[in-house]
Amino acid sequence: MIVLSINGREERLDVDPEMPLLWVIRDVVGLSGTKYGCGEALCGACTVHLDGEAVRACVTPLRRAAGREVTTIEGLSKDGDHPLQRAWVELGVPQCGYCQSGQIMSAAALLSKKPRPSNAEIDQSLAGNLCRCGTYTRIRAAVRKAAGIKEG
Amino acid sequence: MGAPRLAYRSHAAVAMLAGGILAAFTACAGKGGLARAPSPSPLPARTRASELRAVEAFASIADRAMRSKALFLEASRVMLHPRCANCHPADDSPRQGDDGALHDPPVVRGEDDRGVTAMRCSACHQEANLELARVPGAREWRLAPKGMAWVGRSPASICAQVKDPARNGGRSLAKIVDHAAHDPLVAWGWAPGHGRTPAPGDQERFGALVAAWVETGAACPDGERGEPKR
Repeated sequence: MIVLSINGREERLDVDPEMPLLWVIRDVVGLSGTKYGCGEALCGACTVHLDGEAVRACVTPLRRAAGREVTTIEGLSKDGDHPLQRAWVELGVPQCGYCQSGQIMSAAALLSKKPRPSNAEIDQSLAGNLCRCGTYTRIRAAVRKAAGIKEG
Repeated sequence: MGAPRLAYRSHAAVAMLAGGILAAFTACAGKGGLARAPSPSPLPARTRASELRAVEAFASIADRAMRSKALFLEASRVMLHPRCANCHPADDSPRQGDDGALHDPPVVRGEDDRGVTAMRCSACHQEANLELARVPGAREWRLAPKGMAWVGRSPASICAQVKDPARNGGRSLAKIVDHAAHDPLVAWGWAPGHGRTPAPGDQERFGALVAAWVETGAACPDGERGEPKR
């Protein structure tokens, strides 16, 4: 039995400790906002927070999360009103949308540690989140908007 | 950053160099410096890239300093192997693969050599290799500090670094030996998982070489012609 918190709710799970956290989140707990992309930690679609740090859920064994706090896109804010989520909507960032929960979770981890990041810091922190639609410029603009950085 | 002056990309070449020095030392011993044709060496002039000579293979080098240099040269075949050197870059980017390609995704070392916010090494690398996802892992996965950079450096240059507490993490030579022989992250070099080429030999033999190098005075191999002293 592994006990952990997911989005503030205690989960007691009788599953293989080696099961990737992504499977636990999606298939056992039923939260489908976190996406499966590559399964090899190369695309960032499965990014969640483990005690506030961004991790790739597809390669994180469940046992690593035992006794810890996991936050998924569903738990980032109560009403979808995290500054990043608002900026994402206002700037119409997504195209297909598949990678966006991972993008937002990485950006949220960044802003929690660096509330006013430079462009270089945004690029470095989100370098592992791929977007096949190429929305990178809008992603960066939204992160800057959420951070309260004025353009121009 | 400019191109390195000396690029020891081929650890096999270093292996041959080590073997050649070994053979030359043996051939010249007891000859009073006479320029004669070298007698056949009882030692292997070459070894396979996957193998590491044992300390005993260097016992026939009578001169202590020469033996020490040869021991380090052999140990440097491990240090310059991609499994080890890839995480000892002189810049901010880890390398990967046997060709030392830039790490993909394009991570950077950050202030503590463990990545930057939202892109930490531990975001992907676990405490052990992941065979299905093919992600390598070990405890304390991180880059070596820039001061300990090995990529593109010669054995002589690395030797000077390893002996310098300002560039070896403040370690004494005894701690260097312990690090080589027992550090779990060093150990990963021989168990890298998923078809990656392991470092030559094994950690026990590597640790013994480093210990013997220290015991023989920790002499450094001669630098290449034109190589600046570091």
